[in-house]
Amino acid sequence: MVADGNTPAPPERLWRNPEPKRNYDVVIVGAGGHGLATAYYLARNHGITDIAVVERGWLAGGNMARNTTIIRSNYLLDASAALYDHALRLWEELHEELDYEFHFSQRGVLNLAHTEQEVRDARRRAFANELNGVDAEWLTPDEISEVCPILNTSNLRYPVLGATYQRRAGIAKHDLVAWGLARKCDEMGVDFIQNREVTGFVTDGDRVIGVRTDSGDIGAGRVGLAAAGRTTLLTDTLGLRLPLQSHPLQAMATEILEPVHPCVVMSNHVHVYTSQAHKGELVLGAGVDTHNGYAQRGSVHVIENQLAAAVELFPVFARAHLLRTWAGTVDVTPDASPIIGPTPYENLFVNCGWGTGGFKATPGAGWVFAHTIATGEPHPLNEPYGMERFTSGALIDEHGAAAVAH
Amino acid sequence: MLLVRCPWCGDRDEAEFRYGGQADVDYPADPHQLDDATWGEYLFVRANPAGSFDERWVHTAGCRRWFSVVRDTATNEMRPDIPRRRESR
Repeated sequence: MVADGNTPAPPERLWRNPEPKRNYDVVIVGAGGHGLATAYYLARNHGITDIAVVERGWLAGGNMARNTTIIRSNYLLDASAALYDHALRLWEELHEELDYEFHFSQRGVLNLAHTEQEVRDARRRAFANELNGVDAEWLTPDEISEVCPILNTSNLRYPVLGATYQRRAGIAKHDLVAWGLARKCDEMGVDFIQNREVTGFVTDGDRVIGVRTDSGDIGAGRVGLAAAGRTTLLTDTLGLRLPLQSHPLQAMATEILEPVHPCVVMSNHVHVYTSQAHKGELVLGAGVDTHNGYAQRGSVHVIENQLAAAVELFPVFARAHLLRTWAGTVDVTPDASPIIGPTPYENLFVNCGWGTGGFKATPGAGWVFAHTIATGEPHPLNEPYGMERFTSGALIDEHGAAAVAH
Repeated sequence: MLLVRCPWCGDRDEAEFRYGGQADVDYPADPHQLDDATWGEYLFVRANPAGSFDERWVHTAGCRRWFSVVRDTATNEMRPDIPRRRESR
């Protein structure tokens, strides 16, 4: 871990700010991590470069600017392990490919177990991970203390009985990820249209042929939604009802401290997750505010609860000053898994429902969504993730591994 | 922190309540007559507007009664009106 003086100087140019053309082969709604990664892989893997990424605010200013940057792939079910570990493998090569250092740091994640049942569930998940080729270990409390000496394992209301440990997991600097992707997309000819809100669609019968925006229509051969918490506001305009509920999700950061926290720690039971950013802030998060909301603002009791948990787990945090808290708007599905696939409307595709865990999947989501848009068919990795699973009942229930936040 | 108006106890902190989601989601009159898509929609799909939303709360740390309010999900403004019951979902 570095308390970091090594952040490279920003390159001279990142991306243009062009006026939109009248038509594009592909319009992507949302210039967050997933929208950027989708544009990137459309260009890289499918040779499609006539792309506009249309963004209501500024590039990577939504959840991409607000997440806690945790990357891991230790999910329980086969479909999830495949999707998230594919993403993790892409993370491992992405910075070289983008020629842009974004401080991907594989410092490992501990998922703590505090009850006998959690021990059984966590060990089951670690075994399932191993069967799926995802690295996972089970650590005893003594072994946990070696990995993370500042963690209080015994002198607390819910003692730490063990933890799963994924060494390949870690964090990355989210803004730099976005800028690296955007710069590369720009080089390949992708247009980023910022401060332009998509408000609906231009349709011809059951075909989507463009998007409506707050300053004029833009024609599109295909449209991909990567709009996170605001997805249903768009699909509602087509009468397309998706099983999504938008919630505030809060996170927070302390003042900058010396390096004290060597890894990522998550606890479902006492409900908090923490890491220390490269620059030195302790970064904390927990669950969504339970009510629906688009205000990008949550309630203080949610912060109070997770800080109480954090201070009990990490007594050294007690003297740290909280500097900032904030919230994003996340779209949560009933099974805590995303929806990625075609829609009943021809040429309209959705990538949504990532809930509280979308950042970790950024390159993987982009890869499979680009494939879905380019070919009109899901990639094998996102085939189980279509919206039809809410009719067939073939849910991908990841409430356990989606962990703290849902 | 939201200030939630319980119809029986008055204005209380949000922490005293649990959230119940969209109001007026009725159990289908004859579920066996529904096709899979309609049943799936009943189970999984709820309205998700940015704006006025009829929703349920329960005063768990107070009178323990359920009630409905209208809240603007974009501004969090809560109105104590009783939501107008919609004809159909």
